Amino acid sequence: MSTKKETVLVPMPSVNMIPERDFDKSPALECINLGISFGGLKAVENFNIALGRTEISGLIGPNGAGKTTVFNLLTKVYEPTEGTILLEGKDTKSLTTAQVNQAGIARTFQNIRLFQNLTVEDNVKVAMDSQMKYSLLSGILRLPSYWKEERVARERAMELLSIFNMQDLADTKAGSLPYGAQRRLEIVRAMATNPTILLLDEPAAGMNPSETAELMENISHIRDMFHIAILLIEHDMNLVMNICEGIAVMNFGRIIAKGTPSQIQANPAVIEAYLGKKKEA
Amino acid sequence: MSFLYFLINGISLGSIYAIIALGYTMVYGISKMLNFAHGDVIMVGAYICFFSLTRFNLPPLVAVAAAMLVCMVLGMTIEKLAYKPLRQATSLAVLITAIGVSYLLQNLALLLFSPNVKVFPSIVGNGKISMGDIVVSHVTIVTIIVCIVIMVGMTLFTGRTKIGKAMRACSEDKAAAQLMGINVDATISVTFIIGSGLAAIAGVLLCSTYPTLVPTTGSMPGIKAFTAAVFGGIGSIPGAFLGGLLLGIIEIFAKAYISTQISDAIVFAVLIIVLLVKPTGLLGKKTREKV
Amino acid sequence: MGKTIRNSRTRTVNFITYALVIIAYIILQSMVSSGNIKSVLKGMLVPICAYIVMAVSLNLTVGVLGELSLGHAGFMSVGAFTGVTAAMAMFYGIPGVAPWLRLLVGMVTGAVFAAVAGLLIGIPVLRLRGDYLAIVTLAFGEIIKSLINNLYVGFDSKGFHLSMLEDKTNLLEGGKLIIGGPMGIGGIKKISNLTAGFILVMITLIVVFHIMNSRSGRAIMAIRDNRIAAESVGINVTKYKLTVFTISAALAGAAGALFAMNYSTIVANKFDFNTSILVLVFVVLGGLSNMLGSVIAAAALTILPEALRQFSEYRMLVYAIVLILVMLATNNPALRALIDKLKPGRKNEEKEG
Repeated sequence: MSTKKETVLVPMPSVNMIPERDFDKSPALECINLGISFGGLKAVENFNIALGRTEISGLIGPNGAGKTTVFNLLTKVYEPTEGTILLEGKDTKSLTTAQVNQAGIARTFQNIRLFQNLTVEDNVKVAMDSQMKYSLLSGILRLPSYWKEERVARERAMELLSIFNMQDLADTKAGSLPYGAQRRLEIVRAMATNPTILLLDEPAAGMNPSETAELMENISHIRDMFHIAILLIEHDMNLVMNICEGIAVMNFGRIIAKGTPSQIQANPAVIEAYLGKKKEA
Repeated sequence: MSFLYFLINGISLGSIYAIIALGYTMVYGISKMLNFAHGDVIMVGAYICFFSLTRFNLPPLVAVAAAMLVCMVLGMTIEKLAYKPLRQATSLAVLITAIGVSYLLQNLALLLFSPNVKVFPSIVGNGKISMGDIVVSHVTIVTIIVCIVIMVGMTLFTGRTKIGKAMRACSEDKAAAQLMGINVDATISVTFIIGSGLAAIAGVLLCSTYPTLVPTTGSMPGIKAFTAAVFGGIGSIPGAFLGGLLLGIIEIFAKAYISTQISDAIVFAVLIIVLLVKPTGLLGKKTREKV
Repeated sequence: MGKTIRNSRTRTVNFITYALVIIAYIILQSMVSSGNIKSVLKGMLVPICAYIVMAVSLNLTVGVLGELSLGHAGFMSVGAFTGVTAAMAMFYGIPGVAPWLRLLVGMVTGAVFAAVAGLLIGIPVLRLRGDYLAIVTLAFGEIIKSLINNLYVGFDSKGFHLSMLEDKTNLLEGGKLIIGGPMGIGGIKKISNLTAGFILVMITLIVVFHIMNSRSGRAIMAIRDNRIAAESVGINVTKYKLTVFTISAALAGAAGALFAMNYSTIVANKFDFNTSILVLVFVVLGGLSNMLGSVIAAAALTILPEALRQFSEYRMLVYAIVLILVMLATNNPALRALIDKLKPGRKNEEKEG
């Protein structure tokens, strides 16, 4: 059992190892003894991390370790059976998925979940819904507030799409985009909700090396531009080791190691989780 | 009129719903479609039995067998011609096709059998037995017994036999079943055949209890049995049994103690309340969406 | 604001829909005024308008939101009975009021009451999905039918009197029983006309198109395409689903009032499960989310049984066979591929339910 003090991503006396720029700020996100069991099976237990305000961190581990389940807990797709999630210091216990997003957590999905029949632009605009104010009636009657907010939404959507050079695809149906572009659109859509924390679930899956390299740059760029925290699940170790400042390794629903990329690379427990235990002679 | 009398009648009506609901639930389980034509197969079964009895003077058991045979062939044909080509289509397309088949059967019956009401002769005569101070007709008792036999039989069939297990496998995962060497097409056909055979029995029992037979006889019991299947948890055989029984009992009690005219409203209101409390029906499996 | 290919295509389709309805109205209205119209067709004009509104409003639920509803006729029924009651009460209560005003009050009343019913049925939406929700809408339609069949409403100098199951309205001298249980409403003044129907169709189209091209419409379609993703970007799924059910019901209610005031008597059994299914058939054949398709399908399929009159007793049989063949043909992979090839710009337009 970990104690409450160990909730910081980077091991003790690790508060100092949250990136220097985030020193004097409270963590953007904190999980304390988070856990969920599906009918007796503990999919995640004793999950403790803290994310610095502008930190890029990685969540890695073998398939089935419970990484995506953590994302589902953070976004309340699943209701945690144990523990607490503190977002900006506030408990998210009573919030729904939509409210958690409005409070600042945005995510992408491992198995892409775009609005297939909507255009790229509309996919992004949907994500701005909770920031738009005009009423249903103003929409039906086409009052000035409708025109004004729609124009602003379009401009912002185009701006966000331009991060990934996707503004020319604005009128394409999301379902007919190539795979890599669909993954990028998911990130743009998440960013359109104006988050403070971005959760990326295998953003580089299925991408070729050059696409991955570009993605890596874009992720850092997004962090620098919007000053947000990013937590990403990824199997591409090159990407993880290059852009993450802190890494947590999961296996069988538990965190087995936390630290900086170099610490993780040297950690025997991590090597064992990935490569299996060496046969005792 | 005593409570017990209503209870027995409720169980009897519920038994009929349960048998129809079983057909719905099995077909839904394997093909994930709402087979709206199922109620009309009941009507066809009742007509075949009626003509076998009155026109050809066949003995009751042979008449029932004839009705079952015709309905089984009908069920298989409908599946082959109308539903099989739509296996990759949206569920809404299949639903509309099923509605088309339902209209087709009703209007064929209208042309072939005329819209005139046929008075259905009870399959087991009009005898009654008295138990204490209540009098129960033979039909009521036979209906309940037949329902129990079918339920036990179907539970054993799906649990013990090779075809039954294949049906369950296909309900879980058609692609995986196919990879395991199960003939999915044949299994779906068998499910429709069994469901339609059961519908024929239900039709005969229904018309023996409520002897007016018209081309739309199957519609309302069909809809109610469908709600019974949902009530119990669609896809579940014990659920169909439980849902059917409860629906029958609630309906008879509502008629007896509240009002005949709004008994349907009460039945459907209970259904809505149950679904609000248990969104997948009484015995339905709760599924977790994979994210 | 930059004009886009897709926006302009959406706009073109919307424009064609409006234009079609307006042209059809002008032609039919001139035929009516010159008396140059068969009485069979003339009698069908208002029902056609009502069914178009029914189909377009149901398409909002089934096509745009992606929830199957099997009880749309229930809302039509609520609208018909409350609307006619309001119009009749006005007729007896305020002598000399203009027919068009009674019709308007009737349609607005019908829409309001149906909207309340829609909101009520929307509540199970919070917990149910897919086929389970469909069965609840079916049950709701049946409940409404059953309740109205046993409802007695009278109107006298002291206002409205309601009773269930039997007539206990005890009206004063000069009072009038409006809804008579299974007898429904009799002695309705036929005040509906083509112009009123046309206006309602246009309002319905404007409301639905404007919703579809606003933040609400995007959110609703996002829920249809991927509910979990919609929630993850902050969409309040409950709110939008309730909105759709309420608006769809209100439009159906107005259509019900319009429809009812085209006949001298109306009974609850007219708005049963079969009517709900009939409207659903319009929606599916016209194409999900395709309002132009709904308009055409509703008009064509309301006329079709009349046009098939020469087949007399075979007409419903033919209707059933046509329905099955159309479904088989439109879902035939080879045929679909061919259609897609012929219309390259239109592929991916068809949507999953």
